[in-house]
Amino acid sequence: MSMFDAAAAAVLVSMFLVLVRAFRGPTVFDRILAINSFGTLTVLLIAVHGYLAGRPEFLDLALVYALINFVGTIAVTRFMQFQRFGSRYVGDEHHGDI
Amino acid sequence: MELVLDVLSWSSIISGGAFCIIGAIGLIRLPDVFCRMHSASIIDTMGLGLILFGLALQTGFTLGLAKLAMIFLFILFTSPTGTHALACAALYSGVNPEAATKSKPKKP
Repeated sequence: MSMFDAAAAAVLVSMFLVLVRAFRGPTVFDRILAINSFGTLTVLLIAVHGYLAGRPEFLDLALVYALINFVGTIAVTRFMQFQRFGSRYVGDEHHGDI
Repeated sequence: MELVLDVLSWSSIISGGAFCIIGAIGLIRLPDVFCRMHSASIIDTMGLGLILFGLALQTGFTLGLAKLAMIFLFILFTSPTGTHALACAALYSGVNPEAATKSKPKKP
């Protein structure tokens, strides 16, 4: 058993635990937070799998996954806050004061 | 030299995995969203940082080291940003911090 096996096992266990919170979360923000952590753990899993399979090119995939994870989290959070993806000054101006 | 690198890499990967599992358990057991953000940030800083450090010790001075450093730096900047936006959205839409409101003394 190499050290990459141990890292992959730990990351898989914590991915399962995080997914439990994503299913159970009472508010939608719990789910967003859990999916964000799930994405971070997926980045780790992809990087560890690259070393496990002897192909370090997988680090590029991990980097791209980190970028997409951040953009997705920000987009869904903004949609939950303003109920739309675009600027809040288009359309009605009486929406919020944040 | 090889043995020292292996021992350092083993210990940092094992402790990083332990931090990942601790953060995930906290994500399940803590009472509300704002406490769970603290627990998620444990995964993002200590878990990811220590596991990537262990991988970097195995890589040596190659291109992989630069990629690992870029992943770590990117998540180091984006994780607080995303958490801050999430906390703003949660407060704005009326989620109360349960742990703070419970410990407050009740007004007569």
